[in-house]
Amino acid sequence: MATPVTKTKVQRKLVGKLTLLVLCMFGFGFALVPLYDLLCEITGINGKTNTVAYTDIKQPVDTSREINVQFIAINNDKMSWAFRPTARTIKVNPGAPTETFFYAKNPMDYQMTGQAVPSVSPARAAAYFHKVECFCFDQQILESGEDVEMGLQFVIDNDLPDDVRTITLTYTLFDVTEDRVASAYSLN
Amino acid sequence: MGEHHGPEKGIKRWLLATNHKDIGTMYLWFSFAMFLIGGAFAMIIRAELFQPGMQLVEPDFFNQMTTLHGLVMVFGAIMPSFVGLANWMIPMMIGAPDMALPRMNNLSFWLLPFAFAVLLSSLFMEGGAPNFGWTFYAPLSTTYGPPSTTFFIFGVHIMGASSIMGSINIIATVMNLRAPGMTYMKMPLFVWTWVITAFLLIAVMPVLAGAVTMMLMDIHFGTSFFSAAGGGDPVLFQHIFWFFGHPEVYIIILPAFGVVSEIIPTFARKPLFGYASMVYATASIAFLSFIVWAHHMYTTGMPLAGELYFMYATMLIAVPTGVKVFNWVATMYDGALTFETPMLFCLGFLFLFTMGGFTGLMLSIAPADFQYHDTYFVVAHFHYVMVAGAIFSMTAAVYYWLPKWCGRMYNETLGKAQFWISFIGFNLTFFPQHFVGLAGMPRRIPDYALQFADFNMMSSIGAFIYGGSQLFFLYNVIATIRSGEKVSDDKVWEGANGLEWTVPTPAPFHTFSTPPEVK
Repeated sequence: MATPVTKTKVQRKLVGKLTLLVLCMFGFGFALVPLYDLLCEITGINGKTNTVAYTDIKQPVDTSREINVQFIAINNDKMSWAFRPTARTIKVNPGAPTETFFYAKNPMDYQMTGQAVPSVSPARAAAYFHKVECFCFDQQILESGEDVEMGLQFVIDNDLPDDVRTITLTYTLFDVTEDRVASAYSLN
Repeated sequence: MGEHHGPEKGIKRWLLATNHKDIGTMYLWFSFAMFLIGGAFAMIIRAELFQPGMQLVEPDFFNQMTTLHGLVMVFGAIMPSFVGLANWMIPMMIGAPDMALPRMNNLSFWLLPFAFAVLLSSLFMEGGAPNFGWTFYAPLSTTYGPPSTTFFIFGVHIMGASSIMGSINIIATVMNLRAPGMTYMKMPLFVWTWVITAFLLIAVMPVLAGAVTMMLMDIHFGTSFFSAAGGGDPVLFQHIFWFFGHPEVYIIILPAFGVVSEIIPTFARKPLFGYASMVYATASIAFLSFIVWAHHMYTTGMPLAGELYFMYATMLIAVPTGVKVFNWVATMYDGALTFETPMLFCLGFLFLFTMGGFTGLMLSIAPADFQYHDTYFVVAHFHYVMVAGAIFSMTAAVYYWLPKWCGRMYNETLGKAQFWISFIGFNLTFFPQHFVGLAGMPRRIPDYALQFADFNMMSSIGAFIYGGSQLFFLYNVIATIRSGEKVSDDKVWEGANGLEWTVPTPAPFHTFSTPPEVK
């Protein structure tokens, strides 16, 4: 049976449109990556805290309540440093600037660079946990065998919801040593 | 043009096939072969779980079995079987001479054997086959995957391309080749469900292709889409995967709905109740499937608002699905029912799929899901909808249309026997899994705590019965094709309606070379 020319034309147009839809959806799959990051940033659902120093600490201290702040330090993947908080839990009043320290040591026989990434839970407390000074703002470079106490200054916002009594701050330490990163990512 | 010529002789008939019936036949046999292979994997799983402790296989091989069982059944057995059915039936149902793009049809079939050869060859590779589950969550599949993961990715790309081409073909056929007078709202429901399924496939298979491409880049090209160490996020993988994965389960079940909507009216000798509402319900299910994906991810630490949204949206799906179930029941109400094998399988579908739907509702409740998540309860749930949903309706479809395809009637006694053996075997396998799941037995483990021993032994015995019933099915189909009683009636079934029953039995190589007039 012969197919009329108009039919073929209609057919081609439809197939073209459907193919375009396929390509768009393939692109959409990749677009989900930045969209996801954007959504997390807007809503703060990843427990991410501020990445630059907080300067606005003129809040009055709220002595009517105490918040338990817990610290956890984790090494990512094959990071070999000793890494731990000097105090596991401290009690603080909202509005009171507080300082604590994390200990890190490079046990390897070469210089390494580390980068700590913070995360707060419950995630909705992240917006009320202000870091005035944090070692996570910078990379840490440690010589072989060198150890360091790294400072963290923070203040908890007075507007922290009443039902939050414990905040856990987790630092994950990543190995970002240049040549090691380069070698791990090379195609060989 | 215009003269009727038969098929090519020998192997060329199949390699160069452009006839929708030949391609449909190849799809159906291919999917049945995959069904047996995936079934063999399931038998290994159930044999290992027959008793607590490790008896037959290594844990790593067990994980390869659960992974390949899922992948082969979803992508190799269920999806191609319905594509095969679409190839055979859609042109005959809408009065078209063939599919709109016959050469692409050939390509989309012949990609599949290669895709699965690539996937299954990974079993013989160093490091073994993929062992991270059919959901291939990162970083299990990226950082910790075996070297064969790359072959798995390649296999998924090829089968995705095949599905996409098949879908484009189906949409083009239905939109452009309907017989004069066959308006959209006169199309058989099987055609409707397939058009909607095809759109779902076109929308989400590329997203799956994107997900595996990102995996490939993470593994080989130093990107960090899913690696936290490089600024990526493993939870992102789950979002992308389930954005594909949830519509995927409707891709599997919608054509099954279509089949059931064809068969029940035939054996109830009444037209389908609520045709228009069936079409709209199918479309709403398809739409809702895009906005509920994160109900697979309640335990990833989503914010409360997210849990609530996905919970309510998921429960909403029960409404159009309920419309369908009520329509099927209303079709049977006051009908002159007879219970031939296809009808039995449809009734089995109706009972068991509804049960699977109810356990799905239980799983949709976010706070309850924290208890059910990743347990055998989930395994029981999705086998009730996949096996009793998709496979039962596919079996019904084969019994229903086989006389039209080959001009011979199957043996009714054997057919009914197969139904009851399958029904009992299926329930014996999966019903106890609800209990062990609620009691806390995790899925995808090769060994389990002693208190689950009895139910697991029942499950395994049921699985062997159900597996055996498929060999019985194979025998039944072959016996029908070779020596079944000849059917002389074009209609085959007394209550059958639709264009496919107006062509001679067995259906000739070319049908509707001149389009029929639909009133």
